[in-house]
Amino acid sequence: MSRSASRKAGQSDSSTPITSSAGGLFRSATGKASSKEMERIDNVFYSYANKSSGLIDPEGIEALCSDLEVDHTDVRILMLAWKMKAEKQGYFTLEEWRRGLKALRADNVHKLKKALPELEKEVKRPTNFVDFYSYAFQYCLTEEKQKSIDIESICQLLDLALGFQFRAQVDYFIDYLKIQSDYKVINLDQWMGFYRFCNEISFPDLSNYDPELAWPLILDNFVEWLRAKQT
Amino acid sequence: MERKVIELDQGWDYMQKGITKLKRILEGSVEQFNSEEYMMLYTTIYNMCTQKPPHDYSQQLYDKYKDSFEEYISSTVLPAIREKHDEFMLRELVKRWGNHKLMVRWLSRFFHYLDRYFIARRSLPALNEVGLTCFRSLFFRQNFDTFCILIQIDKEREGEQIDKALLKNVLDIFVEIGMGQMDCYEQDFEAPMLEDTGVYYSHKASSWILDDSCPAYMLKSEECLKKERDRVAHYLHSSSEAKLVEKVQHELLVNFSTQLLEKENSGCRALLRDDKVDDLSRMYRLYHKIPKGLDPVATIFKQHITAEGMLLVQQAEDAASNQVILSFEFLFFDSQVLIRKVIELHDKYLAYVSDCFQNHTLFHKAMKEAFEIFCNKTVGGSPSAELLATFCDNILKKGGSEKLSDEAIEDILEKVVKLLAYISDKDLFAEFYRKKLARRLLFERSANEEHEKSILTKLKQQCGGQFTSKMEGMVTDLTLAKDNQNEFENYLSNNPNAHPGIDLSVNVLTTGFWPSYKSSDLNLPSEMVRGVQVFKEFYDTKSKHRKLTWIYSLGSCQLIGNFEAKKIEMVVSTYQAAILLLFNTSDRLSYSEIMTQSNLGHEDLVRLLHSLSCAKYKILIKEPISKTVSPNDIFEFNPKFTDRMRRIKIPLPVVDERKKVVEDVDKDRRYAIDAAIVRIMKSRKVLGHQQLVSECVEQLSRMFKPDIKAIKKRMEDLIARDYLERDKENANLFRYLA
Repeated sequence: MSRSASRKAGQSDSSTPITSSAGGLFRSATGKASSKEMERIDNVFYSYANKSSGLIDPEGIEALCSDLEVDHTDVRILMLAWKMKAEKQGYFTLEEWRRGLKALRADNVHKLKKALPELEKEVKRPTNFVDFYSYAFQYCLTEEKQKSIDIESICQLLDLALGFQFRAQVDYFIDYLKIQSDYKVINLDQWMGFYRFCNEISFPDLSNYDPELAWPLILDNFVEWLRAKQT
Repeated sequence: MERKVIELDQGWDYMQKGITKLKRILEGSVEQFNSEEYMMLYTTIYNMCTQKPPHDYSQQLYDKYKDSFEEYISSTVLPAIREKHDEFMLRELVKRWGNHKLMVRWLSRFFHYLDRYFIARRSLPALNEVGLTCFRSLFFRQNFDTFCILIQIDKEREGEQIDKALLKNVLDIFVEIGMGQMDCYEQDFEAPMLEDTGVYYSHKASSWILDDSCPAYMLKSEECLKKERDRVAHYLHSSSEAKLVEKVQHELLVNFSTQLLEKENSGCRALLRDDKVDDLSRMYRLYHKIPKGLDPVATIFKQHITAEGMLLVQQAEDAASNQVILSFEFLFFDSQVLIRKVIELHDKYLAYVSDCFQNHTLFHKAMKEAFEIFCNKTVGGSPSAELLATFCDNILKKGGSEKLSDEAIEDILEKVVKLLAYISDKDLFAEFYRKKLARRLLFERSANEEHEKSILTKLKQQCGGQFTSKMEGMVTDLTLAKDNQNEFENYLSNNPNAHPGIDLSVNVLTTGFWPSYKSSDLNLPSEMVRGVQVFKEFYDTKSKHRKLTWIYSLGSCQLIGNFEAKKIEMVVSTYQAAILLLFNTSDRLSYSEIMTQSNLGHEDLVRLLHSLSCAKYKILIKEPISKTVSPNDIFEFNPKFTDRMRRIKIPLPVVDERKKVVEDVDKDRRYAIDAAIVRIMKSRKVLGHQQLVSECVEQLSRMFKPDIKAIKKRMEDLIARDYLERDKENANLFRYLA
């Protein structure tokens, strides 16, 4: 970019490198923050991190939440974790933290708080939501080689992840999960299946549900139960 | 030398004289043409055609030839025919046609030279054709001839006598006049005839269908069809047969098919109900040639058989539920009756299929589908597979309720195996059969080894080698077991120190062939412990690497009871023996003591103690005296027991194995479904859900009908175990993960 162009854009003359100014119009496409920004991000991290482990642990997260004025069971924390691509539930590593905050362009708590509504919108976009939904499941797997989540936790997760979008379906499904006894845990295939169900099947009439298709069996049973209730 | 030119008028004048003479001959004159006259006439034409222009009159002569016919026909022939009626008109027509042919023959002979060159050069119709065509075009415009014929035909249908030869002659005209083509016959006669036939029979059918019973109507229809066929033979052209028959069939049988077959008290259902074999055969004959004509008959057939079968099932069910005490003996009896009746039903309707319905596939199929419906019903809590297995057991065991000849038994076994084809849970049958076979073999209750082998052969033929491999293994095992026992006895005689003090015979069975038995931890009586040990030592000398698992629940024992009156030999099961032997050390034992000492469970114990204290032979006295055993009871040896026999058998009622069998089969099915899914996916790599399910069902159908839900469940399991995965884009598609 030539100086003259920058001048035309209203930039004041300067001999400083283009990317340094925090309020500048010119950042490169990959959003690489300046080193100063990175420093600030790191500082925030360390303010919440556990001194001995070097990670933000559940306690730290709780503190963060209170500073953000968000309940620690709020879905937005889950969304934040998604943005960070955090691997372990309840913990953030420095790398994950950097990744998330860089992407959100927040180098302090205040900005982070401001970024939350935007993050919410981003997640709710259909293209991202599937990814988020799937992430939500995997995030809750705590043991190595664990492939499914117990019913109790699933109910909570469903409420968190899908409640705002498909309230009715989620409520009914949670009711069903609690009274049925065929399944004690839910796996990823069933989890994703339910999202597909919410999207594709008209509710509450269920008129276009066909059990001959490849719907997970638990959903076939759920639909049967619903239909029995309606008569 | 130059010929003298003949002018047209002149020449024609001469010809005209000849033609007029010909007409007189046709009208009945006895004149004739001699050769000279003929030659002159011929030559005149010849000359007029070969003269040099402008005197070559070929075209004119050709036209005049034609005109001659037209003139004669319109002035003489047509009026002659028209002034007559009915039969007389037809006769006149035949006569005039004969005349016409004659006229054509003669005139074309006179004018023959035209045929030789002129018509070819100008590609014109030949003289013969011209002549015939004249007749056709002047007559067959008006269809009064046809109406007249149709009236005759209808008269004959009503039973009047008509002149068949005359009609034949008339119809021959239609054919001849086509000159090789059938178009005249078909358009001018056949088409109106078919229409008239349609109207005639439609009218008849409408009244018959209301007044007549189904058999009567069918009889009439058959008669009509026969008569129409005769009609063709007598005077119609043979090409009309197919169309005529089709028309009649349509009016009589197709149009009123439903009303006829469904007639309240005489229709197909009623005929089946009343075993009217002749009428049903007629029905088959009539509807056989009509496309899809047999479909409704087959449907009614299927419904009838299904209803009869369901009735039998219902009767058995009612009998079973009316019984307050559901003992096994009763269930044997009733299932015997039911299966017998089903076999009879099968025989009966198989006869129908072969006798009335000429073994037509449609009826075989209808019967098969009907049987498949009711042969899979549960009766009195027993699945049909179990009933069938019990039936076989009854026939094959000693003292089975039948005292039949060998051929009769073979026959029944054959029929039973055929019934198995209708049962969808074949694997369930196999398991029940195996369990009962095991008991027959082990307790030497099999009546006849030949029959045992024979039914296995039949089952193998019907269901494949895999079905019977285990059963065959069981039979072989016993033969080997006998050899083994002999070797054991040799061993004992060679090692007298090893002798356990009791006579012991052991059947060594191959685990894989036999049903699974739970071997409980029976506290073996000391008398038997040594025996088991000795056998084990012997067996180790034979094969080092085999593990022996003792199943005491299948053993039997002969005890001698030292009663006050006399010694009595008792044939009991090992378990019963174990309990009785406890009383060698104490005269009186409580239920819990017996339990502790024998290490048997409640279920077994109650059953065993009942057989020894509450049944026919009271070897033990129970306190308090009652019909059932409770954990608070005390048992005492009964020294006063006696019986007029020296040797008695104390039976132990069989435990209801149904639940276990069903569980085992369900488990096997889960493995089978898994295997089928993996097999299919391995070869297809990628497959849609519905296709996978349907292929799975097909592969497994030989043994059982898999539940769709069960298949889905197995698929989910396989997904969890990383054998399969669901496609990311298309949720209905699955991929095999190597």
